[in-house]
Amino acid sequence: MASETIALSVVNHGTRPIGDRLHDWVVTVDHKKLGILYILYALMFLVIGGIEATIMRIQLIVPHNHFVSPQVFNRMFTMHGTTMIFFVVMPVLFGFANYLVPLMIGARDMAFPRLNAFSFWLMALGGFLLYFSFLGGSGLYGAGNAPDVGWWAYAPLTSRAFSPGHSSDYWTLALLVSGFGSIGTAINIIATILCMRCPGMTLGKMPLLAWLNLVMAGMVILAMSPLTAAQIMLSIDRYLGGHFFDTQAGGSATIWMHFFWIFGHPEVYVLVIPAFAFASEIIPVFSRKPIFGYPVMVAATVCIGFVSMSVWAHHMFTIGMNSYANSFFAITTMAVGVPTGIKIFNWIGTMWGGKIDFKTPMLFCIGFLFQFLIAGLTGIMLGTAPFDWQLSGSYFVVAHFHYMIVGGILFALFAAFYYWYPKITGRMLNESLGKLHFWLLLIGFHLTFDVMHIPGLLGMPRRIYTYEPGRGWEVWNLITTIGTFIQGIAILLFVANLIFSYWKGPKAGNDPWDAWTLEWSVSSPPPPYNFASIPTVASRRPLWDIKHPEDPDWKYE
Amino acid sequence: MKATAHKTDWGSVAGPVAGVFILLAEVLLAASLCSAASGPAIPSIFKPESTPADSIYGLSVLVLAITGLIFVIVFGLIAYAVIKFRRRSDDGPEPPQVYGSNQIEIAWTVIPVLIVLVLFMATARVIHAIQDARKPDGAIEVTVIGHQFWWEFRYPELGVVTANELHVPVSDPSRPTPTFLKLLSADTDHSFWVPRLAGKTDLIPNRVNNMWIDPHETGVYVGQCAQYCGMQHAKMLLRVYVDSREQFDQWVQEEKKSAQSRDAVNEGRRIFETTACVNCHTVSGTVADGRFGPDLTHLMSRDTIASGATPNTPENLKTWIQDPDSIKPGSLMPAMKLNDHDLDALTAYLETLR
Repeated sequence: MASETIALSVVNHGTRPIGDRLHDWVVTVDHKKLGILYILYALMFLVIGGIEATIMRIQLIVPHNHFVSPQVFNRMFTMHGTTMIFFVVMPVLFGFANYLVPLMIGARDMAFPRLNAFSFWLMALGGFLLYFSFLGGSGLYGAGNAPDVGWWAYAPLTSRAFSPGHSSDYWTLALLVSGFGSIGTAINIIATILCMRCPGMTLGKMPLLAWLNLVMAGMVILAMSPLTAAQIMLSIDRYLGGHFFDTQAGGSATIWMHFFWIFGHPEVYVLVIPAFAFASEIIPVFSRKPIFGYPVMVAATVCIGFVSMSVWAHHMFTIGMNSYANSFFAITTMAVGVPTGIKIFNWIGTMWGGKIDFKTPMLFCIGFLFQFLIAGLTGIMLGTAPFDWQLSGSYFVVAHFHYMIVGGILFALFAAFYYWYPKITGRMLNESLGKLHFWLLLIGFHLTFDVMHIPGLLGMPRRIYTYEPGRGWEVWNLITTIGTFIQGIAILLFVANLIFSYWKGPKAGNDPWDAWTLEWSVSSPPPPYNFASIPTVASRRPLWDIKHPEDPDWKYE
Repeated sequence: MKATAHKTDWGSVAGPVAGVFILLAEVLLAASLCSAASGPAIPSIFKPESTPADSIYGLSVLVLAITGLIFVIVFGLIAYAVIKFRRRSDDGPEPPQVYGSNQIEIAWTVIPVLIVLVLFMATARVIHAIQDARKPDGAIEVTVIGHQFWWEFRYPELGVVTANELHVPVSDPSRPTPTFLKLLSADTDHSFWVPRLAGKTDLIPNRVNNMWIDPHETGVYVGQCAQYCGMQHAKMLLRVYVDSREQFDQWVQEEKKSAQSRDAVNEGRRIFETTACVNCHTVSGTVADGRFGPDLTHLMSRDTIASGATPNTPENLKTWIQDPDSIKPGSLMPAMKLNDHDLDALTAYLETLR
């Protein structure tokens, strides 16, 4: 009872009036509170984006369906893509980075707490601007006019001739504003990791999560800048008479593609590298072994960071580049597979010879490994440029990147939720509900996205609001839609578990998983400013050294 | 707690393993269904009927074989590790702490590098063979112009203009008569994709792209626009008619003729030529010379209207003229709102445009 009161008082500051407590959350510059805000904000948009996906899947359940109009369908896929990338996956990953990086490197906060708060609220503003387009897209008098240009918003569809009203402007502004927020957070993460590590924690002794977030943050700065620049150029086109992308006045449609994808492909790695980070922390703990090949894992990540900056035009194999350009982007794309493969092998090496404990976080990690493997292999198929001439723009691509984002990133994220929820709230998530969540999501995921590859191979393009009967696509679309509903139920179970366990879950204690990194050395939830006295570490697994004084890691590193 | 731990572990292991085998079975089933799906209407990329599609198919089989092998090996390793190294009881000591092995790391770096090199060489070969193919004498040239939301086909050497239904001659491998397509766009981005004939190439404003096909079998091949181009992207369908050489030459002769005028439909013709129709449509030999919409000179030679959205029947024509949105909401064809008499007369005229 006593410890419960202490735990709650840390989060809620005791029994102060609710208005004061909410005010605390709004003005906070604490990395843990901002982390939680990021995560809750992302979860809200996850549900919204999921509803948009469900609307699309209902529309496609049979050919020539009339569930929604073409305009609504086009808005749904634009909003779904934009929401999931910019306002779900990025904020939730930033949230975990914010929460975990200072704790894991033995720091009391991020390097720039106020920049941290500023970045979060910019990103929040971006999300709300995007959704305000439903009201304001036609200048407030017309309802239901969200952007319908697709999440990559190819020119010239975004020019005033093809996109009248303000819906595209809301899209542009939302990405511009949240892009500034992302760059701010990235600078903050880099500064924190480079400058705030506790004594003894050299770069070579950082937890992999910190390393991977460092690489991710570097990529955010490099990738977000061209996107931000392109948004400004697009606004100049739309309002100041510029002609960067206005093809009717001699502008270039392909320049937009280059700007977008030189952001867009590194972005995939910006999203997946933190997922790697979760797997790299969780798999060792539940295999009871240190990560296999730590230096190689770091090198592979840095290598992915560099190579992924030179692969963007594999999204553009069909735009008629010459054969040399196509060959170049084919080989760089395949080359990324090498360090990625090395990572998969090292995770298997970590499990090898261990004593694997199948708690929910580990189940999600194994799901992640398996699905990430398949997503990587379909990625190789898409990287062979001629094969891509068939697959590009088809449902095969949609299946591929959902395999990566749902099967890979989201599964790793759920692992992270089950693993760190006890640290964040002081309560364990319900294990049975967790396992049910895992199995339902796994079944729903595979029903949806395994099957979704097939209509692509049978010639079904993406982004069509309806399709012709008799082309062999009906049954696959039906199964895909059924799988979507199973996934929806799984996500609702997860949300219920989050809420239920917050009050009713068993107490976690400081270190429920018998883990080895610094966040498990402090109370759950951690006290303000994390560490009463700054720890000193001698190895990558400081808590292992304490628990096993007879056989400490620093003897081997 | 401890008594059940062993059992629970087995359950957790059996589950993933069973699940995964079900998955594998599912994938195999799907693959077999894919290859079984061979109806002519199914635009499967695994039923190529033209050299570019055929070379891509060959490459895809190689890539699928290699990635399939990688999948089986790596998946086997994961499954083995998960089953073999599961925790059997809670109370044992920690397993041996292994930090890594440089030899193993080198092995699993070098092998993927070699695989990538093999894949790249096979890929570069096919890229070169398709993209840098020389245009032989006797090749048919067609300019394809993408519009929201229909296809314009112009045969500059033959003096033929048509829409949505591309006619090309069959190409005999011993005396190839491929068709080279020059791809342009009048408005937004589009993409020309007929899976059984070739991979897709985009039509981009202010840019000239090229692709070619040489179909080996006569018949109708379906496809559709594969780059999101606006509200009716879904109904920008595409049909390629591969004719025998004789049929093709005859088709060209027919298409080159101007529209035949018949007195019986003069009233409909007058309506056509005095309403907005002529601003967007061409009927050669008349005052109608608009280029915003499809050329209607030989409208009735086509099986479909509205870019394949509906069959070309008198009833559908009437619906299309009166209320295009009921067939294709967002189409740029305006609703003409004619009275019944004028509509009948106009349709009767259109039906003479053979």
